[in-house]
Amino acid sequence: MPKFTSIKEAIDLIKDGDTIMVGGFMGCGSPDNVLKAIADKGVKDLTVICNDAGFPEGSGPTGNNYGLAWLIANHQVKKLIATHVGLNPNVATQFFQEKTLEVCLIPQGSCAEMIRAGGAGLGGVLTPTGVGTIVEDSPYCLGKQTVNGKDYLLMAPLKADFALLEAYKVDKAGNCWYKGTTSNFNIVMGTAAETVIVEAENVVEVGEIAPEDVRTFGMLVDYVVQK
Amino acid sequence: MEKSEIKGFIAKRVAKELHDGDVVNLGIGLPTLVPNYLPEGVHVTLQAENGTVGAAAAGQFQEADKFHIVNAGGQPSGVIPGGAFIDSATSFGLIRGGHVQATILGGLEVDEEGSLSNWIIPGKMMPGMGGAMDLLVGAKLVIVAMEHTNKGKAKILKKCTLPYTAVKVVNLIITEMGVMKVTDEGLVLTEINPEFTVEEVQAATEAKLIISPDLKPMV
Repeated sequence: MPKFTSIKEAIDLIKDGDTIMVGGFMGCGSPDNVLKAIADKGVKDLTVICNDAGFPEGSGPTGNNYGLAWLIANHQVKKLIATHVGLNPNVATQFFQEKTLEVCLIPQGSCAEMIRAGGAGLGGVLTPTGVGTIVEDSPYCLGKQTVNGKDYLLMAPLKADFALLEAYKVDKAGNCWYKGTTSNFNIVMGTAAETVIVEAENVVEVGEIAPEDVRTFGMLVDYVVQK
Repeated sequence: MEKSEIKGFIAKRVAKELHDGDVVNLGIGLPTLVPNYLPEGVHVTLQAENGTVGAAAAGQFQEADKFHIVNAGGQPSGVIPGGAFIDSATSFGLIRGGHVQATILGGLEVDEEGSLSNWIIPGKMMPGMGGAMDLLVGAKLVIVAMEHTNKGKAKILKKCTLPYTAVKVVNLIITEMGVMKVTDEGLVLTEINPEFTVEEVQAATEAKLIISPDLKPMV
Protein backbone atom coordinates (compact mmCIF):
# COMPACT_ATOMS: atom_id res chain seq x y z
CA MET A 1 0.00 0.00 0.00
CA PRO A 2 1.28 3.45 -0.81
CA LYS A 3 1.90 6.00 1.88
CA PHE A 4 -0.21 9.15 1.70
CA THR A 5 2.00 11.97 2.80
CA SER A 6 2.98 15.61 2.33
CA ILE A 7 4.88 16.81 -0.71
CA LYS A 8 7.70 17.85 1.61
CA GLU A 9 8.11 14.42 3.19
CA ALA A 10 7.99 12.65 -0.16
CA ILE A 11 10.58 14.80 -1.87
CA ASP A 12 12.94 14.68 1.11
CA LEU A 13 13.81 11.21 -0.16
CA ILE A 14 15.41 12.67 -3.29
CA LYS A 15 19.13 13.33 -2.93
CA ASP A 16 21.79 15.18 -4.92
CA GLY A 17 22.86 13.16 -7.94
CA ASP A 18 19.73 10.97 -8.13
CA THR A 19 18.14 9.92 -11.41
CA ILE A 20 14.49 10.90 -11.71
CA MET A 21 11.84 10.31 -14.34
CA VAL A 22 9.28 13.07 -14.71
CA GLY A 23 5.95 12.24 -16.34
CA GLY A 24 4.06 14.61 -18.59
CA PHE A 25 4.27 16.20 -22.01
CA MET A 26 5.04 19.91 -22.11
CA GLY A 27 3.87 20.00 -18.49
CA CYS A 28 0.53 18.33 -19.24
CA GLY A 29 0.47 15.41 -16.79
CA SER A 30 3.58 16.59 -14.96
CA PRO A 31 3.49 16.81 -11.13
CA ASP A 32 3.87 20.58 -11.11
CA ASN A 33 3.63 21.07 -7.33
CA VAL A 34 6.15 18.32 -6.61
CA LEU A 35 8.55 19.86 -9.13
CA LYS A 36 8.11 23.32 -7.63
CA ALA A 37 8.81 21.86 -4.17
CA ILE A 38 11.99 20.19 -5.44
CA ALA A 39 13.04 23.55 -6.87
CA ASP A 40 12.39 25.19 -3.50
CA LYS A 41 14.39 22.48 -1.71
CA GLY A 42 17.29 22.75 -4.15
CA VAL A 43 18.72 19.24 -4.56
CA LYS A 44 21.25 19.36 -7.36
CA ASP A 45 23.16 17.37 -9.99
CA LEU A 46 20.03 15.46 -10.98
CA THR A 47 19.85 13.22 -14.00
CA VAL A 48 16.37 13.67 -15.41
CA ILE A 49 14.47 11.56 -17.92
CA CYS A 50 11.52 13.55 -19.26
CA ASN A 51 9.94 14.02 -22.67
CA ASP A 52 10.79 17.72 -22.70
CA ALA A 53 11.89 20.62 -20.52
CA GLY A 54 8.43 22.14 -20.05
CA PHE A 55 7.46 25.77 -20.54
CA PRO A 56 9.65 28.40 -18.87
CA GLU A 57 8.17 31.30 -16.92
CA GLY A 58 6.01 33.53 -19.10
CA SER A 59 5.31 31.04 -21.88
CA GLY A 60 3.20 28.27 -20.34
CA PRO A 61 -0.45 28.02 -19.32
CA THR A 62 0.12 29.13 -15.72
CA GLY A 63 2.52 31.99 -16.39
CA ASN A 64 5.02 30.37 -14.03
CA ASN A 65 7.54 27.69 -14.89
CA TYR A 66 5.55 24.65 -15.96
CA GLY A 67 6.62 21.01 -15.81
CA LEU A 68 10.35 20.31 -15.77
CA ALA A 69 11.04 24.00 -16.38
CA TRP A 70 11.10 24.50 -12.58
CA LEU A 71 14.24 22.38 -12.19
CA ILE A 72 15.90 23.70 -15.35
CA ALA A 73 15.40 27.33 -14.29
CA ASN A 74 16.98 26.50 -10.93
CA HIS A 75 20.02 24.77 -12.51
CA GLN A 76 19.32 21.53 -10.65
CA VAL A 77 19.67 19.25 -13.65
CA LYS A 78 23.12 18.03 -14.63
CA LYS A 79 22.01 15.65 -17.36
CA LEU A 80 18.73 15.67 -19.28
CA ILE A 81 17.52 12.74 -21.36
CA ALA A 82 14.64 14.09 -23.46
CA THR A 83 13.07 14.07 -26.90
CA HIS A 84 12.37 17.77 -27.51
CA VAL A 85 13.68 20.80 -25.65
CA GLY A 86 13.04 23.56 -28.19
CA LEU A 87 10.23 25.25 -26.27
CA ASN A 88 12.42 25.95 -23.24
CA PRO A 89 15.28 28.27 -24.31
CA ASN A 90 16.95 27.86 -20.90
CA VAL A 91 18.09 24.40 -22.01
CA ALA A 92 19.99 25.80 -25.00
CA THR A 93 21.52 28.52 -22.80
CA GLN A 94 22.73 26.00 -20.22
CA PHE A 95 23.98 23.64 -22.93
CA PHE A 96 25.63 25.99 -25.43
CA GLN A 97 26.68 29.01 -23.35
CA GLU A 98 26.94 28.06 -19.70
CA LYS A 99 27.95 24.46 -20.51
CA THR A 100 26.40 23.27 -17.25
CA LEU A 101 23.81 20.90 -18.70
CA GLU A 102 24.41 17.69 -20.62
CA VAL A 103 21.56 16.88 -23.00
CA CYS A 104 20.88 13.48 -24.63
CA LEU A 105 18.13 13.62 -27.24
CA ILE A 106 16.29 10.40 -28.03
CA PRO A 107 13.36 9.85 -30.42
CA GLN A 108 10.08 10.07 -28.53
CA GLY A 109 8.81 6.63 -29.46
CA SER A 110 12.16 5.07 -28.61
CA CYS A 111 12.22 6.90 -25.28
CA ALA A 112 8.77 5.59 -24.30
CA GLU A 113 9.73 2.05 -25.28
CA MET A 114 13.13 2.25 -23.52
CA ILE A 115 11.38 3.21 -20.29
CA ARG A 116 8.82 0.45 -20.84
CA ALA A 117 11.69 -2.01 -21.36
CA GLY A 118 13.32 -0.81 -18.14
CA GLY A 119 10.10 -1.42 -16.25
CA ALA A 120 9.32 -4.72 -17.94
CA GLY A 121 12.66 -6.41 -17.38
CA LEU A 122 13.70 -6.35 -21.02
CA GLY A 123 17.29 -5.95 -22.17
CA GLY A 124 16.53 -3.30 -24.76
CA VAL A 125 14.35 -2.27 -27.67
CA LEU A 126 14.85 -3.01 -31.37
CA THR A 127 13.43 -0.10 -33.33
CA PRO A 128 13.76 1.07 -36.95
CA THR A 129 13.61 4.65 -35.68
CA GLY A 130 16.91 6.51 -35.98
CA VAL A 131 18.61 4.14 -38.44
CA GLY A 132 21.08 6.14 -40.55
CA THR A 133 20.95 9.16 -38.20
CA ILE A 134 23.24 10.36 -35.40
CA VAL A 135 21.03 8.49 -32.93
CA GLU A 136 23.30 5.56 -33.88
CA ASP A 137 26.09 7.42 -32.02
CA SER A 138 24.01 7.94 -28.86
CA PRO A 139 25.38 6.33 -25.69
CA TYR A 140 21.91 4.76 -25.40
CA CYS A 141 22.21 3.01 -28.77
CA LEU A 142 23.84 -0.37 -28.16
CA GLY A 143 24.22 -1.39 -31.79
CA LYS A 144 22.46 -2.22 -35.00
CA GLN A 145 20.81 -5.49 -35.96
CA THR A 146 19.18 -6.82 -39.08
CA VAL A 147 15.99 -8.83 -38.69
CA ASN A 148 14.31 -10.28 -41.78
CA GLY A 149 16.34 -7.93 -43.98
CA LYS A 150 15.39 -4.75 -42.14
CA ASP A 151 17.78 -2.68 -39.98
CA TYR A 152 17.00 -1.84 -36.38
CA LEU A 153 18.78 0.00 -33.59
CA LEU A 154 19.14 -1.68 -30.22
CA MET A 155 18.25 0.96 -27.66
CA ALA A 156 19.09 0.57 -23.97
CA PRO A 157 16.44 0.15 -21.27
CA LEU A 158 15.99 3.15 -18.96
CA LYS A 159 15.45 3.02 -15.20
CA ALA A 160 15.53 5.60 -12.43
CA ASP A 161 15.69 6.07 -8.67
CA PHE A 162 12.41 8.00 -8.67
CA ALA A 163 9.44 8.43 -10.97
CA LEU A 164 7.41 11.57 -10.35
CA LEU A 165 3.92 11.24 -11.81
CA GLU A 166 0.66 13.11 -11.82
CA ALA A 167 -2.79 11.53 -11.96
CA TYR A 168 -6.25 13.08 -11.95
CA LYS A 169 -7.74 10.51 -9.61
CA VAL A 170 -5.82 8.31 -7.19
CA ASP A 171 -7.70 5.94 -4.91
CA LYS A 172 -6.60 5.03 -1.39
CA ALA A 173 -4.93 1.87 -2.71
CA GLY A 174 -2.78 4.04 -5.00
CA ASN A 175 -4.56 3.12 -8.24
CA CYS A 176 -4.35 5.93 -10.79
CA TRP A 177 -6.72 7.21 -13.45
CA TYR A 178 -5.54 9.78 -15.96
CA LYS A 179 -7.67 12.46 -17.59
CA GLY A 180 -7.33 13.50 -21.23
CA THR A 181 -3.82 13.31 -22.62
CA THR A 182 -2.15 13.25 -19.20
CA SER A 183 -1.31 9.54 -19.21
CA ASN A 184 1.51 10.03 -21.78
CA PHE A 185 4.82 9.02 -20.16
CA ASN A 186 3.29 8.55 -16.69
CA ILE A 187 2.18 5.00 -17.49
CA VAL A 188 5.59 3.62 -18.47
CA MET A 189 7.51 5.66 -15.90
CA GLY A 190 5.37 4.22 -13.11
CA THR A 191 6.91 0.82 -13.86
CA ALA A 192 10.56 1.83 -14.25
CA ALA A 193 11.69 3.47 -10.99
CA GLU A 194 12.67 2.22 -7.54
CA THR A 195 10.35 4.70 -5.86
CA VAL A 196 7.19 6.08 -7.43
CA ILE A 197 5.68 9.33 -6.16
CA VAL A 198 2.28 10.35 -7.53
CA GLU A 199 0.83 13.84 -7.23
CA ALA A 200 -2.94 13.33 -7.05
CA GLU A 201 -5.27 16.01 -8.31
CA ASN A 202 -8.04 14.17 -6.45
CA VAL A 203 -7.84 11.40 -3.87
CA VAL A 204 -10.86 9.10 -3.99
CA GLU A 205 -12.12 6.04 -2.12
CA VAL A 206 -11.23 2.55 -3.28
CA GLY A 207 -13.92 1.50 -5.75
CA GLU A 208 -14.38 4.94 -7.31
CA ILE A 209 -12.01 3.93 -10.08
CA ALA A 210 -13.29 0.78 -11.79
CA PRO A 211 -10.63 -1.96 -12.01
CA GLU A 212 -10.83 -1.75 -15.82
CA ASP A 213 -9.95 1.93 -15.69
CA VAL A 214 -6.84 1.63 -13.50
CA ARG A 215 -3.81 2.59 -15.60
CA THR A 216 -1.06 2.75 -12.97
CA PHE A 217 -1.63 0.06 -10.40
CA GLY A 218 -1.44 0.79 -6.69
CA MET A 219 1.16 -1.98 -6.28
CA LEU A 220 3.61 0.22 -8.20
CA VAL A 221 3.02 3.39 -6.18
CA ASP A 222 5.06 4.19 -3.07
CA TYR A 223 3.90 7.70 -2.13
CA VAL A 224 0.82 9.73 -2.95
CA VAL A 225 0.80 13.46 -2.32
CA GLN A 226 -2.19 15.69 -2.84
CA LYS A 227 -2.05 18.69 -5.11
CA MET B 1 2.44 34.98 -54.50
CA GLU B 2 1.90 37.05 -51.36
CA LYS B 3 3.76 35.72 -48.30
CA SER B 4 0.48 35.54 -46.37
CA GLU B 5 -1.09 33.25 -48.99
CA ILE B 6 1.75 30.75 -49.23
CA LYS B 7 0.95 28.54 -46.23
CA GLY B 8 -2.73 28.21 -47.12
CA PHE B 9 -1.85 27.46 -50.74
CA ILE B 10 0.50 24.66 -49.74
CA ALA B 11 -1.93 23.26 -47.15
CA LYS B 12 -4.75 23.23 -49.69
CA ARG B 13 -2.68 21.17 -52.12
CA VAL B 14 -1.53 18.77 -49.39
CA ALA B 15 -5.16 18.15 -48.42
CA LYS B 16 -5.82 16.57 -51.84
CA GLU B 17 -3.39 13.75 -51.00
CA LEU B 18 -5.53 12.52 -48.12
CA HIS B 19 -8.24 9.91 -48.43
CA ASP B 20 -11.47 9.47 -46.57
CA GLY B 21 -10.79 7.44 -43.43
CA ASP B 22 -7.05 8.07 -43.27
CA VAL B 23 -5.37 8.37 -39.87
CA VAL B 24 -3.07 11.38 -40.18
CA ASN B 25 -0.42 12.93 -37.97
CA LEU B 26 0.28 16.62 -38.52
CA GLY B 27 3.48 18.38 -37.54
CA ILE B 28 3.27 21.79 -35.89
CA GLY B 29 2.86 24.98 -37.95
CA LEU B 30 1.77 24.81 -41.59
CA PRO B 31 0.60 21.15 -41.49
CA THR B 32 -2.07 22.01 -38.90
CA LEU B 33 -3.83 24.09 -41.60
CA VAL B 34 -4.40 21.05 -43.84
CA PRO B 35 -7.73 19.90 -42.30
CA ASN B 36 -9.23 23.29 -43.23
CA TYR B 37 -8.92 22.37 -46.90
CA LEU B 38 -10.07 18.74 -47.06
CA PRO B 39 -12.14 18.05 -50.17
CA GLU B 40 -15.85 17.47 -49.65
CA GLY B 41 -16.55 13.95 -48.45
CA VAL B 42 -13.04 13.39 -47.11
CA HIS B 43 -12.87 12.94 -43.36
CA VAL B 44 -9.64 12.00 -41.65
CA THR B 45 -8.78 10.99 -38.09
CA LEU B 46 -6.06 13.14 -36.57
CA GLN B 47 -3.52 11.39 -34.39
CA ALA B 48 -1.55 13.48 -31.90
CA GLU B 49 1.52 11.55 -30.78
CA ASN B 50 1.32 12.80 -27.21
CA GLY B 51 -1.87 10.83 -26.70
CA THR B 52 -4.95 11.39 -28.86
CA VAL B 53 -6.55 9.39 -31.65
CA GLY B 54 -9.31 11.60 -33.03
CA ALA B 55 -7.86 14.95 -32.04
CA ALA B 56 -9.91 18.08 -32.67
CA ALA B 57 -8.74 20.54 -35.31
CA ALA B 58 -6.10 23.07 -34.27
CA GLY B 59 -7.39 25.72 -31.93
CA GLN B 60 -10.52 23.83 -30.87
CA PHE B 61 -10.57 23.16 -27.13
CA GLN B 62 -12.74 23.49 -24.04
CA GLU B 63 -11.50 25.97 -21.44
CA ALA B 64 -12.21 23.40 -18.68
CA ASP B 65 -9.90 20.86 -20.30
CA LYS B 66 -6.95 23.08 -21.09
CA PHE B 67 -4.69 21.55 -18.43
CA HIS B 68 -5.61 17.98 -19.36
CA ILE B 69 -5.84 17.83 -23.14
CA VAL B 70 -2.99 19.22 -25.23
CA ASN B 71 -1.69 18.66 -28.73
CA ALA B 72 1.81 17.68 -29.80
CA GLY B 73 2.88 21.32 -29.50
CA GLY B 74 1.76 21.42 -25.87
CA GLN B 75 -1.16 23.72 -26.70
CA PRO B 76 -4.73 23.16 -25.43
CA SER B 77 -6.60 20.75 -27.66
CA GLY B 78 -9.70 18.60 -27.82
CA VAL B 79 -11.01 15.23 -28.88
CA ILE B 80 -13.80 14.40 -31.31
CA PRO B 81 -16.71 12.10 -30.44
CA GLY B 82 -15.43 8.55 -30.98
CA GLY B 83 -11.86 9.54 -30.20
CA ALA B 84 -9.57 8.01 -27.61
CA PHE B 85 -6.75 8.98 -25.27
CA ILE B 86 -3.68 6.77 -25.22
CA ASP B 87 -0.30 6.75 -23.50
CA SER B 88 3.01 7.50 -25.25
CA ALA B 89 4.17 3.89 -25.69
CA THR B 90 0.83 2.92 -27.25
CA SER B 91 0.81 6.01 -29.42
CA PHE B 92 4.20 5.30 -30.93
CA GLY B 93 3.29 1.65 -31.31
CA LEU B 94 0.50 2.83 -33.62
CA ILE B 95 2.95 5.07 -35.47
CA ARG B 96 5.78 2.56 -35.97
CA GLY B 97 3.33 -0.26 -36.47
CA GLY B 98 2.07 1.23 -39.73
CA HIS B 99 -1.38 2.22 -38.43
CA VAL B 100 -0.94 5.87 -39.41
CA GLN B 101 -1.51 6.41 -43.12
CA ALA B 102 0.12 9.79 -43.53
CA THR B 103 2.35 12.25 -41.76
CA ILE B 104 2.78 15.83 -42.91
CA LEU B 105 5.68 17.84 -41.61
CA GLY B 106 8.03 20.67 -42.40
CA GLY B 107 11.75 20.51 -42.99
CA LEU B 108 14.94 22.52 -42.79
CA GLU B 109 16.36 20.46 -45.66
CA VAL B 110 15.09 17.63 -47.82
CA ASP B 111 17.07 15.86 -50.52
CA GLU B 112 16.58 14.01 -53.77
CA GLU B 113 16.89 10.65 -52.02
CA GLY B 114 13.93 11.50 -49.83
CA SER B 115 15.98 12.10 -46.71
CA LEU B 116 14.93 14.87 -44.35
CA SER B 117 16.68 17.06 -41.78
CA ASN B 118 14.58 19.09 -39.38
CA TRP B 119 15.68 18.61 -35.78
CA ILE B 120 19.12 20.04 -35.09
CA ILE B 121 21.62 22.61 -36.31
CA PRO B 122 24.85 21.46 -34.65
CA GLY B 123 26.42 24.10 -32.44
CA LYS B 124 23.48 26.47 -32.85
CA MET B 125 20.10 24.94 -32.20
CA MET B 126 18.95 21.60 -30.90
CA PRO B 127 15.19 21.62 -30.49
CA GLY B 128 15.19 17.82 -30.69
CA MET B 129 13.46 15.27 -32.86
CA GLY B 130 10.44 14.77 -30.64
CA GLY B 131 8.28 12.24 -32.45
CA ALA B 132 9.48 13.10 -35.96
CA MET B 133 11.95 10.23 -36.39
CA ASP B 134 9.33 7.66 -35.42
CA LEU B 135 6.68 9.26 -37.63
CA LEU B 136 8.97 9.30 -40.64
CA VAL B 137 9.82 5.62 -40.42
CA GLY B 138 6.33 4.53 -39.42
CA ALA B 139 3.85 6.47 -41.54
CA LYS B 140 2.95 4.92 -44.89
CA LEU B 141 2.91 8.28 -46.72
CA VAL B 142 5.37 11.03 -45.77
CA ILE B 143 4.64 14.50 -47.13
CA VAL B 144 7.03 17.38 -46.56
CA ALA B 145 5.05 20.61 -46.73
CA MET B 146 7.18 23.73 -46.60
CA GLU B 147 8.19 26.94 -48.32
CA HIS B 148 10.42 26.14 -51.27
CA THR B 149 13.42 28.14 -50.05
CA ASN B 150 14.65 29.69 -46.83
CA LYS B 151 14.66 33.36 -47.84
CA GLY B 152 15.97 32.42 -51.26
CA LYS B 153 18.40 29.74 -50.04
CA ALA B 154 17.67 26.28 -51.43
CA LYS B 155 16.18 23.76 -49.00
CA ILE B 156 15.62 21.01 -51.56
CA LEU B 157 19.13 19.65 -51.99
CA LYS B 158 21.11 16.89 -53.67
CA LYS B 159 22.09 15.75 -50.19
CA CYS B 160 21.11 17.13 -46.80
CA THR B 161 23.96 18.90 -44.99
CA LEU B 162 22.32 18.84 -41.53
CA PRO B 163 21.98 15.65 -39.46
CA TYR B 164 19.18 13.50 -40.82
CA THR B 165 15.84 13.03 -39.14
CA ALA B 166 15.32 9.96 -41.33
CA VAL B 167 16.87 8.51 -44.46
CA LYS B 168 15.01 7.78 -47.73
CA VAL B 169 11.51 8.09 -46.32
CA VAL B 170 9.89 11.12 -47.98
CA ASN B 171 7.31 10.42 -50.70
CA LEU B 172 6.16 13.91 -51.69
CA ILE B 173 7.45 17.45 -51.32
CA ILE B 174 4.82 20.15 -51.65
CA THR B 175 5.83 23.82 -51.75
CA GLU B 176 4.36 27.06 -53.09
CA MET B 177 6.25 26.41 -56.36
CA GLY B 178 5.18 22.87 -57.09
CA VAL B 179 4.73 19.22 -56.21
CA MET B 180 7.75 16.91 -56.33
CA LYS B 181 7.60 13.15 -56.11
CA VAL B 182 10.60 11.24 -54.74
CA THR B 183 11.49 8.36 -57.08
CA ASP B 184 14.47 6.03 -57.49
CA GLU B 185 15.59 8.23 -60.38
CA GLY B 186 15.35 11.45 -58.37
CA LEU B 187 12.84 14.23 -57.80
CA VAL B 188 10.07 14.41 -60.39
CA LEU B 189 8.25 17.72 -60.70
CA THR B 190 4.66 16.61 -61.33
CA GLU B 191 2.85 19.89 -60.77
CA ILE B 192 3.89 23.52 -61.03
CA ASN B 193 2.32 26.68 -59.67
CA PRO B 194 1.35 28.60 -62.85
CA GLU B 195 2.93 31.73 -61.31
CA PHE B 196 6.37 30.19 -61.88
CA THR B 197 8.28 28.78 -64.84
CA VAL B 198 10.07 25.43 -64.74
CA GLU B 199 13.35 27.35 -64.94
CA GLU B 200 12.44 29.40 -61.87
CA VAL B 201 11.56 26.29 -59.88
CA GLN B 202 14.83 24.62 -60.89
CA ALA B 203 16.80 27.77 -59.99
CA ALA B 204 15.31 27.65 -56.48
CA THR B 205 16.17 23.95 -56.14
CA GLU B 206 19.67 22.52 -55.69
CA ALA B 207 18.59 18.99 -56.64
CA LYS B 208 18.17 18.36 -60.35
CA LEU B 209 14.46 18.14 -61.12
CA ILE B 210 13.12 15.61 -63.58
CA ILE B 211 10.23 17.31 -65.32
CA SER B 212 7.26 15.01 -65.67
CA PRO B 213 6.09 14.64 -69.29
CA ASP B 214 2.66 14.98 -67.76
CA LEU B 215 3.43 18.20 -65.83
CA LYS B 216 0.20 19.75 -64.56
CA PRO B 217 -0.69 23.12 -63.09
CA MET B 218 -0.79 23.11 -59.28
CA VAL B 219 -4.13 24.46 -58.15
